[in-house]
Amino acid sequence: MLRTIDEAIQYIEEKKIERKKKLEDLNVYVCVGTGCAAKGSLKVYEALKKIFKENNVNVNLQKLDDNEERVRKTGCCGRCSSGPWVIVMPYGYFYSEVKPEDVKEIYEETILKGKPVERLLFTDPATGERVERLEDAKFYKAQSFYIMEDIGKCECDSIDDYMGRGGYLSFIKVLKEGNPDWVVKTIKDSGLRGRGGAGFPTGVKWEITKNSKGDRKFVVCNGDEGDPGAFMNRTLLERDPHAVLEGMLIAAYTIGAQKGYAYIRAEYPVAVEMFRKAIEDAKRLGLVGENILGTGFSFDIEIKEGAGAFVCGEETALLASIEGKRGVPRPRPPYPAQVGLWGYPTLINNVETYANVPKIIRDGAENYRKRGVPNSPGTKMFSVTGPVRLTGIIEVEFGTTLRQIVYDICGGLTDDNEFKAVQIGGPSGACLSEAFLDLPLDYDSLKSAGAMVGSGGIVVLSKKACMVEVARFFLDFTKRESCGKCIPCREGLMQSYRILERFTQGKGTYEDLENLEFLAGLIKTASACGLGQTAPNPILSTLRLFRDEYIAHIEGICPSGMCTAFKKYVINPELCKGCGLCARSCPQSAISGERGKPYVIDQEKCAKCGICVEKCKFKAIEIR
Amino acid sequence: MKLKRNFAKVEEILKKHGYRKDNLIKILLDVQKEYRYLPEDVINYIGVALDISPAKIYGVATFYAQFSLKPKGKYTILVCDGTACHMAGSTSLIGAIKEELNIGPGEVTEDLMFSLDQVGCLGACALAPVMVINEEVYGNLTPEKVKEILRNLKEREMENA
Repeated sequence: MLRTIDEAIQYIEEKKIERKKKLEDLNVYVCVGTGCAAKGSLKVYEALKKIFKENNVNVNLQKLDDNEERVRKTGCCGRCSSGPWVIVMPYGYFYSEVKPEDVKEIYEETILKGKPVERLLFTDPATGERVERLEDAKFYKAQSFYIMEDIGKCECDSIDDYMGRGGYLSFIKVLKEGNPDWVVKTIKDSGLRGRGGAGFPTGVKWEITKNSKGDRKFVVCNGDEGDPGAFMNRTLLERDPHAVLEGMLIAAYTIGAQKGYAYIRAEYPVAVEMFRKAIEDAKRLGLVGENILGTGFSFDIEIKEGAGAFVCGEETALLASIEGKRGVPRPRPPYPAQVGLWGYPTLINNVETYANVPKIIRDGAENYRKRGVPNSPGTKMFSVTGPVRLTGIIEVEFGTTLRQIVYDICGGLTDDNEFKAVQIGGPSGACLSEAFLDLPLDYDSLKSAGAMVGSGGIVVLSKKACMVEVARFFLDFTKRESCGKCIPCREGLMQSYRILERFTQGKGTYEDLENLEFLAGLIKTASACGLGQTAPNPILSTLRLFRDEYIAHIEGICPSGMCTAFKKYVINPELCKGCGLCARSCPQSAISGERGKPYVIDQEKCAKCGICVEKCKFKAIEIR
Repeated sequence: MKLKRNFAKVEEILKKHGYRKDNLIKILLDVQKEYRYLPEDVINYIGVALDISPAKIYGVATFYAQFSLKPKGKYTILVCDGTACHMAGSTSLIGAIKEELNIGPGEVTEDLMFSLDQVGCLGACALAPVMVINEEVYGNLTPEKVKEILRNLKEREMENA
């Protein structure tokens, strides 16, 4: 338990020395982010622990007595598609796709002899060469790590490790200065904008909440990341929970709140657990609780789990959900900064926004502004998915172009795919065509292109993707997630969805096209909250940039071949050997014929499931 | 005759959350973990205990995707239909499950062994298409792989039975 500011500073200094030593010494870091864990990294972790426990390691003739301790858990390394990741310090060897069976070789070669295991080294897709260290890979060099600094070398579940990285010094600095106005000014000067998507200036929000009158005030962290294709918040909460907590503490002190809530999706159990542990550890050290470090400032924090509602990302809906009600948004103003939780002033920011705060206090506003572009300073985490060579979490400065992301960082598209578009900003974002590849990504230029940063999900789409189907897919999501309170959103999205569904089923008309455009504009202007106001973006952007595809659907062709309704399964009589395997496996009994002679598919009965194509050994079934 | 339910477990959950109205969602999540759905009599019980009308609790229970008013299976299968998974063919996984278990999204097998739900995004896009069975994540799936996983689970159940 740390009782004074000086005691805390001294403790942190000790942890800094310990951490420095740790990185110069032999230590193995295993990524336990959800992506790697799903690919079995926990088994690798256990296997490494076991081998360390069973053997006496002699490094530099020095016997290690804390063997097991040397296998550590680290947070997401960003390249989820090539996990599980293992990093061996002090060498920095960066192993990808490690299996429990590889552990023995890692132990014998790397731990005992200090040599890399060549076959496990990460292959840089940009050059095709194996790289020994993370730092040497092109995708790493092309990024700009700030929120994710110390990637691969930080322990996600240790407060001491966070302190060893200088953690909580910013909070202590703020307590020491005792000047909330100075904090507000610093955040305002830094130009930090809300990472939740809309990009509202964070400093201004803090100032309004600070100046609002109320007997009680609250600080809320929005970790309800419901966007399909976005997982930055989850990653951040899992890999660096203390950074988020420290940001919340600074915010609480600044606006004068005594209580905070972290609203995290129940679908992210690891993130919830990690954050819970972070709070407990901070409480244990006296950084959260009554009379923090003897300054008289008290702050307590509670986790509230969401229960699966996209609309709860909307701040007023999220507050209703914290109160235990249906997550239905209400009109603003009054803003939560004035009337929030139970009617009290409430500051609500995104996970990533809070994680930026300690760094801004540490570096000063001016230094912070050196990253990014004037109107959008700093860096942004994006999650990239789709048919690119490397998928996962990236961090870049604002102003980086899509081309740099797709080709330099993610290594371009996989072999049998060709670039068509990117979908950015989640279900309420937009699709951008090839013409926008050199668009610098920041709040303002994306807005002018009819897109938005949104939550930061980037989905790369290849020529195989049908843009009408993409629009239908997003509308299916938003119409389901609409809370139903206001009519334009509830009814408008349903009708738009029905029209899009007609298109993908080959029943769209030119009149539908006009109605779709009209409805989209209407929903955008007349909806009460952000969900409805942005939900038509996928329609509007695809109509603008890929209108020809809609027209092709009306004319009876799905150019990408994705829409099943346009597909026709036909057996090529020249290739068919008449084995009958397809007929036996067809769930619809749509295939008939005589053994030894070519079989035929009854188009009326065919459900276009494609099982016959999978079964046929002679590639005789063609999709036309 | 209706069986009388023992509410000790519900009482324990309520106590853990301090009988606080604002903890309703967490209480319901915990209850659901216990019973695999939200039984009607439990909802009524919670309503009385927290002094919230059952109608309001139903309002909450039907609003959030996590809650179910129908029983779930021992194995709850969640198939991700996020953008990346959808593009990677998550629909075909649903088809494979339907063939193997004869249930569609929102349904449960007659023996209450398996239930299937389609969810927005599980946040494991790099492994698309993805499904989760009782918190275990399965990535890079094909319809064939899905069938194999389900068959293994069925076999395991047969052995234990």
